[in-house]
Amino acid sequence: MMQTVFARPRSLIEVPTHYCPGCTHGIIHRLIAEVLDELGVRERAAGVAPVGCAVLAYNYFNCDMYEASHGRAPAVATGAKRAHPELIVFTYQGDGDLASIGMGEIIHCANRGEKVTIVFVNNAIYGMTGGQMAPTTLPGQVATTCPFGRDVQQAGYPVRMVELLSGLRTPAFLARVSAHTPARVIEAKAVLRRAFQYQVDGTCFSMVEFLSTCPTNWGRTPIEACNWLEQHMIPYYPLGVFKTPEGPDRAPGPLEPFGEPLEARKPRGWSPSRAERPASAEPES
Amino acid sequence: MAKKLMKGSEAIGEAAVRAGCRLFFGYPITPQNEIPEYMSRRLPEVGGTFVQAESEVAASNMLYGAAGTGERVLTSSSSPGISLMMEGISYIAASELPVVIVNIMRGGPGLGGILPSQGDYFQATKGGGHGDYRCLVLAPWSVQEAADLVQDAFDLADFYRNPVLVLGDGLIGQMMEPVEFREDRKPCKPLPDQKPWAARGWKGDRPRAVINSLFLDPETLERHNQKLKAKYDQMTRDEVRYASYGMDQPYDVLLVAYGTVARVCRTAMDDLAAQGVRAALLRPITLFPFPYDAVREAAERARAVLCVELSCGQMLEDVQLAVQGRRPVHFYGRQGGMLASPEAVAEQVKALVAAAPTRARSTRAKNGEAR
Repeated sequence: MMQTVFARPRSLIEVPTHYCPGCTHGIIHRLIAEVLDELGVRERAAGVAPVGCAVLAYNYFNCDMYEASHGRAPAVATGAKRAHPELIVFTYQGDGDLASIGMGEIIHCANRGEKVTIVFVNNAIYGMTGGQMAPTTLPGQVATTCPFGRDVQQAGYPVRMVELLSGLRTPAFLARVSAHTPARVIEAKAVLRRAFQYQVDGTCFSMVEFLSTCPTNWGRTPIEACNWLEQHMIPYYPLGVFKTPEGPDRAPGPLEPFGEPLEARKPRGWSPSRAERPASAEPES
Repeated sequence: MAKKLMKGSEAIGEAAVRAGCRLFFGYPITPQNEIPEYMSRRLPEVGGTFVQAESEVAASNMLYGAAGTGERVLTSSSSPGISLMMEGISYIAASELPVVIVNIMRGGPGLGGILPSQGDYFQATKGGGHGDYRCLVLAPWSVQEAADLVQDAFDLADFYRNPVLVLGDGLIGQMMEPVEFREDRKPCKPLPDQKPWAARGWKGDRPRAVINSLFLDPETLERHNQKLKAKYDQMTRDEVRYASYGMDQPYDVLLVAYGTVARVCRTAMDDLAAQGVRAALLRPITLFPFPYDAVREAAERARAVLCVELSCGQMLEDVQLAVQGRRPVHFYGRQGGMLASPEAVAEQVKALVAAAPTRARSTRAKNGEAR
């Protein structure tokens, strides 16, 4: 008996995509589809496509889909999830969509702890519109609207979305992965599956940022693009799990705190387990 | 149910709940905050969900997401907030989603003021956001009518799969009047049993739901535009609503006004009648579709038409289109949150009667008389 050991995921429609050769969108689409299949949630999934290169993603995922306006996918996802909490809702957004025009929507979606899964594809450039500077374009990186390279004096430094969202208190799963080598792809799938599992379990908001290549607008061959990602993007955008619902609050303390040092404000004899001290202990002054 | 004294904003919220709305997304803005406040208390009582969005832009896109699942959804805002919602409303109209939007208009442009205005008539009736689309627009003149129209709005939205805008002003939102919610209310349109287009998870038992407004192929987009146009034509044919007052006897001046301004005109009519001045009132209830035929027919019985608005003259243009130059069309408006008093309206009517030719058939349209 012949046994099928490799097949197209049921969650992916069998059509050619419009993505450029060497682009990693295809890989990321497939990973999402495999996870939906493996978790058995395709029949209750609703995906939200963005404006950007993945604008036609609703033609590729074999489940109910939305096409959102630019940057608003997390708001659309919020509406769908609140209306039908049993839906497994995910967005698929690029860096212009999520980190620029949709910055407000992603922060508040995360901060409300909407139980949706955000797939954020960061290729450090606007792909669909032809290679303009993105909020994630690296310092010195050339784009059509920064022809001499990103000038941080003018444009500031690239936005690290996972780190930015990690400052929020609301429990969430935040991770950054990459799709530029087979080993990283396998790692990425495990993280993506974990992100969707949190939603299936009703645990928390989850976002996975994928570092991705854009050979067309970077002006590099696919292999050169993968090497460029490795050499330039990963040092600025480190890979890993940044926040988990089980983990501690990552809110940083002030670098230069105002007022007297915390130690000086504590009453003498103060200890963290104050509640456990006998009532006869000296009163607070 | 017995009549209950309710604030307009709360009656609007309660009407939505009674119409089966279980989802509200909105952002605070004066003078309509009582609607989200009411919904934040009321919806959890009926198993619904209230979400305070981070902005009106987000709220309108949450509406898009929730309406895409086929549920009845509501948002409310006031003029500057409605401008921000126009992105979502354009996508909602294009994607043919049923939603109800309440605009409690305040003075503008820009941040304007917080007092009643009718300055958003153009925005409401001529599209509002980008692209070739229309919202069905309902304009209540009392708290009771606001409650009734909000319930009808949900039926109309579902029937046409189109956004329906309830256009009130600060007075409608803030004043208290007796309201009755009838337990035996029937939907104003036949409603679909199912919503096979809704994104509720796809099990292969229907075509895959794609809530979308992108049509890159021009022929496909043109067909989509024409499909939407056919819907707006059907609304124009079937949904025109208006009320008329004082038309059972001859009159010299036809007043045209909507919303609370029409109530002021109604009072002015009574004052005028006591002074022997004959005026009638036509009150559009749907602003899109506009009651062009009714306005024209009523105007032809008068010597002159007076359009009264809390704006610099917006519905005026539709009144002129309706009258087609057959009678002089005049305008009286207040702006900025200032209100038109019955006395001021009566003075305008008396001035017209004094100035207008004595026989109706002698008047030929002169464009110069239009304002």
